[in-house]
Amino acid sequence: MGLSQTSSTSALFDSPHQESWVATRLDFLVNWSRAKSLWPMPFGTACCAIEFMATAATRFDLARFGMERMSFSPRQADVLICAGRVPFKLAPVLRRIWQQMPQPKWCISMGACASSGGMFDNYAVVQGIDTIIPVDVYVPGCPPRPEGLLYGIMMLQEKVMREKMSDAAIRNEMEPDPQSGLYIPASKIDELSEPFGNSVQQTRSGL
Amino acid sequence: MTAPFAPVLPGSARPDASPPSTPRNLPEKGGTANPSAEAIAAKFAQAYIRSEVVWGDTTVYVRPNSVLEIVRWLHDDPSQRYDYLSDVTAVEYRDPEQEMEVVWHLRSLPYRRFLRLKAPLAKGSPLVVDSVWPVYKGADWIERECYDMFGITFRGHPDLRRILMWESYREGFPLRKDFPLRGRFSRAEQLRQALSITTEGRYSMEELSVAEAFEDLPEEMRRRLAGGERTGE
Repeated sequence: MGLSQTSSTSALFDSPHQESWVATRLDFLVNWSRAKSLWPMPFGTACCAIEFMATAATRFDLARFGMERMSFSPRQADVLICAGRVPFKLAPVLRRIWQQMPQPKWCISMGACASSGGMFDNYAVVQGIDTIIPVDVYVPGCPPRPEGLLYGIMMLQEKVMREKMSDAAIRNEMEPDPQSGLYIPASKIDELSEPFGNSVQQTRSGL
Repeated sequence: MTAPFAPVLPGSARPDASPPSTPRNLPEKGGTANPSAEAIAAKFAQAYIRSEVVWGDTTVYVRPNSVLEIVRWLHDDPSQRYDYLSDVTAVEYRDPEQEMEVVWHLRSLPYRRFLRLKAPLAKGSPLVVDSVWPVYKGADWIERECYDMFGITFRGHPDLRRILMWESYREGFPLRKDFPLRGRFSRAEQLRQALSITTEGRYSMEELSVAEAFEDLPEEMRRRLAGGERTGE
């Protein structure tokens, strides 16, 4: 037939799961259209949001990646970009915004504070937003340069391109424990939030 | 209730004074004291403790139970006219023997004066001072912040509850010296409590729907709404 695959793209369709030819082609089409038109929901709380704005502006031009439109309503958004530290008081808000976003949805945690609490190892700041919502890509930096965020977005696009319709688990909605509201075990959160580095030394307790 | 609006011109009470300029070469201690310090010492001899000048700013130490009286006089008296309250805060020292202090920053626009009032709260006594809200309506939120961070109760404040931390916050007062930097609970417990905040829980639906007409409601209904149960928390 005339639809013979070229050698460069054939790797995409050599699935180990032996999916049908039509399904794999549909996967490619759907993933391609999703990856190239991600609408971001900017959740900017601190200085990372300034870098995010620089990424969206002319010099770095987020529109080149199909992110022309910032979706300030979570109901029309595909990617939640959490840029900046999240205090505990904002945790239920972030959780609510994530739950309001329709599937398919992804999350980028931008910067050290969103990813791990960063330098704010104190009573008020969430130690990584992955304790509240699932995160797909972490962008390190304090704050990351626009190139860093663009690289994170390209990584997310690659991740989207590798998704398969046959994988049912990929669209599972987060189901937090109704009692505690946590979606991962409490012991895991404590383990993730352990102080590290110089932060171990700093405390004001015990006069 | 509402007085006609009259603009306050900075320096208008001292027309002969030279135009303001950035003070230079200030001594760390000493220098010209704000004349209000002497006036307080003369008028409120019982409440006055001492005063000092640090980097050109005058601090007056007074007893906590007469602060409202002094502040009211500073605000109302034509020779003082402190018309702007810029901050209310507190200080706790590292030295456990030293008393905790509540601090008021007052500014007089007509006289171009700045005055800092400090009231040391005696060790072991409850952390209570009078609210200056009856004099300065702007004290509302800054006193709430001081209560939230230090746990100082402002007697006579119309709505003393937390402002920075959420209302169901149970770990104590974060800026106190005995408060551990990471808080008292484990991270999982902190997150669990934070996620259980009902973000709309502050107001009842009834309250929201009648908010604009609040003043026109019957007295008993206003009282019930002001102090009644909330939807959440």
